[in-house]
Amino acid sequence: MIPLHWYLWLSAVVFMVGVAGFLTRRNIIIMFMSIELMLNAVNMSLVSFSRYLNDMRGQVLVFFIIAVAAAEAAIGLGIIIALFRNKVTAHVDEANEMKG
Amino acid sequence: MDNYLLIPFLPLAAFLINIIFGRNFIKDNAHWVSIAAVVAAWVISVMTLVEVIGGRTINKDLYTWIVSGTFRASVGFLIDQLTAVMLIVVTTVSSLVHIYSVGYMHGDKGYYRFFSFLSLFTFSMLMLVMANNFLQLYFGWEAVGLCSYFLIGFWYEKKSASDAGKKAFIVNRFGDFGFGLGVIMIFVTLGTLHYEPVFASVNSLVGETVKVHLLGLEFDLITFIALLLFCGAVGKSAQIPLHVWLPDAMEGPTPVSALIHAATMVTAGVFLVARCNPIFNLSPLAMNVVAVVGAVTALFAGTIALVQNDIKRIVAYSTVSQLGYMFLACGVGAYSAGIFHLYTHAFFKALLFLGAGSVMHAMAGELDIQKMGGLKKHMPVTYWTFLLASLSIAGVPGLAGFFSKDEILWRAYASGPLGHVLFALGALTALLTAFYSFRIIFVAFHGKFRGTHEQEHHLHESPRMMTVPLLLLAIGAVASGWVGIAPLLGGGEHFAEFLAPVVGHAKGHGTHAEEWAVMIGSVILGFSGIAGAAFVYLRRSTIADTLCQRFSFIYQLLWNKYYVDELYDYIIVKPTFWIAKNVIVGVTDGKIIEGIVNGVPGLIGRFSLWLRSLQTGMVHQYATVMAIGAFAVIAMVLLW
Repeated sequence: MIPLHWYLWLSAVVFMVGVAGFLTRRNIIIMFMSIELMLNAVNMSLVSFSRYLNDMRGQVLVFFIIAVAAAEAAIGLGIIIALFRNKVTAHVDEANEMKG
Repeated sequence: MDNYLLIPFLPLAAFLINIIFGRNFIKDNAHWVSIAAVVAAWVISVMTLVEVIGGRTINKDLYTWIVSGTFRASVGFLIDQLTAVMLIVVTTVSSLVHIYSVGYMHGDKGYYRFFSFLSLFTFSMLMLVMANNFLQLYFGWEAVGLCSYFLIGFWYEKKSASDAGKKAFIVNRFGDFGFGLGVIMIFVTLGTLHYEPVFASVNSLVGETVKVHLLGLEFDLITFIALLLFCGAVGKSAQIPLHVWLPDAMEGPTPVSALIHAATMVTAGVFLVARCNPIFNLSPLAMNVVAVVGAVTALFAGTIALVQNDIKRIVAYSTVSQLGYMFLACGVGAYSAGIFHLYTHAFFKALLFLGAGSVMHAMAGELDIQKMGGLKKHMPVTYWTFLLASLSIAGVPGLAGFFSKDEILWRAYASGPLGHVLFALGALTALLTAFYSFRIIFVAFHGKFRGTHEQEHHLHESPRMMTVPLLLLAIGAVASGWVGIAPLLGGGEHFAEFLAPVVGHAKGHGTHAEEWAVMIGSVILGFSGIAGAAFVYLRRSTIADTLCQRFSFIYQLLWNKYYVDELYDYIIVKPTFWIAKNVIVGVTDGKIIEGIVNGVPGLIGRFSLWLRSLQTGMVHQYATVMAIGAFAVIAMVLLW
């Protein structure tokens, strides 16, 4: 059986890829995808802990996260489309009207 | 007499009814409420006087107003001989003035307001004279001042009227400040504010001194208290140096001048000194101050009255002058003579004012006597009553003013060496009084009419509502003095005897010969004043103009009222405005208040401006900060 820490390393790497992607890329679609990466990295760790501890609650929680993430993705895409309609760009640096 | 509470509270009820319902419901019937109340108060006052003459007095606390530690203030009433006299003076003049006002104020848009305030004034004045403690006296004192302010500025659309109201109020502040301190001093030293214990124990203060740290000087305690109280009297009774407000107060409606600024409120100062006679008697210095201020004011105001042309102002200066007489009497210890003059003066001076009002009514508001003339045949009632009042004030034997003024002059003369000087001032004033009073008569009522043609066409005797009070007051101007005829003339001096339980007997000695000399001298002076006025003004000769030109310096000085107003303008009003403009507006308001008000938001604004720069609107920066924060928290949890 593959030991737990392998899963956790994978999860951490995927999460860090997501973080790095979110922080470095300017394209809002890519950033959005990075967020999804982070979410799924967390899901992965939850599932692995669940399997390791023989406790199904972790997997139930993952289903919740997936459901919420689906809703979030719908809203996020809606925001992206609204932004694109107004700015005709997907570059986040151009949407900085909310500065103080 | 058991109804004595109704005396002040009926006018108060009239005030409340008129002020609440006057504007919308009572309107032009406001006088019914007020007159009914004040006439009822007069009836009860007369009954009270009868009982007081019978020997019954009342001193009763009705209600405990304030209790704080050892301080105890109550609402209470004292009705003794002095109060009874004041009640009669106040309610009689007030009733007649109320009735007169029905004619005089007819058609004024503030009709109900006028009667409300008149009633409120009557209430306040009655509270003042009926008080049995200093705090209630102070309440009445301030309340009459407030009513005076309301009524001087009654025609508030007129700038000069509202200014005069403010002036009266502010000048009185100076006096009342001293008065208030005096009351506080009495409480601090004697621990009570009731007349009875204060007057009973004031003896124990003889010889004590008080140190005023501000000045670094030590004063005799009783003198200090007496002079502080006298400060209030000086303000209210328009004595030097606080006399400046009274002539300006003539901006108010004439019935107000008659009631408040001649007969009642301005005499409150004399009443105060007479009421506090146990305090004043213990301080010869304070007594001398009172007498000297009175005598000097009498002469001072009399000289100003010589040259003024405004009929009401002449009478106003005459009032100041006569009030000076009253203080002169009090100052030489002849309180009953002072109160006697107060009482007779109320009648003839109210009559002079109401007569002047009647003239103004006929002349469509004209006040300049030089523009009148020959009014005698157009307004006979006004003329004859005015003449009687003038004869009375001039001291023609047999009339009220003669008895009271002669009493004062004699008491002044008999009081000692200083008294001789004061007597000389008073006698000179008597001459001036007769002169300026008859100057009005001869210039305004005799000769040819000098106004416009329209005014002449408009001339008429005033309606009966106005002439009847004139006639009734004329009776007072003639007969009110008969209660105090000196023993020398075969009288019983009933007035002085009546008041003796409160104010004591006047001291001082003199021979009958001296008393005759004083009396005859003052009569001669009165008649020579009248004759002088007749000589100068009756034939419209050029003597007056010649004199004015010859002595133009003196004339200018008198015409400008000794430049006292200008002096105050320079030493008080202008510096105050300067301070207001440069310190209050420039520093306190501009720098301190606005500094705080604008500075606090400014500071917050500047801080938030700096804080705002954190919010760049760049998603990556937010995300970076968030990530760093998250790592920091995790690091803390793991590594702690």
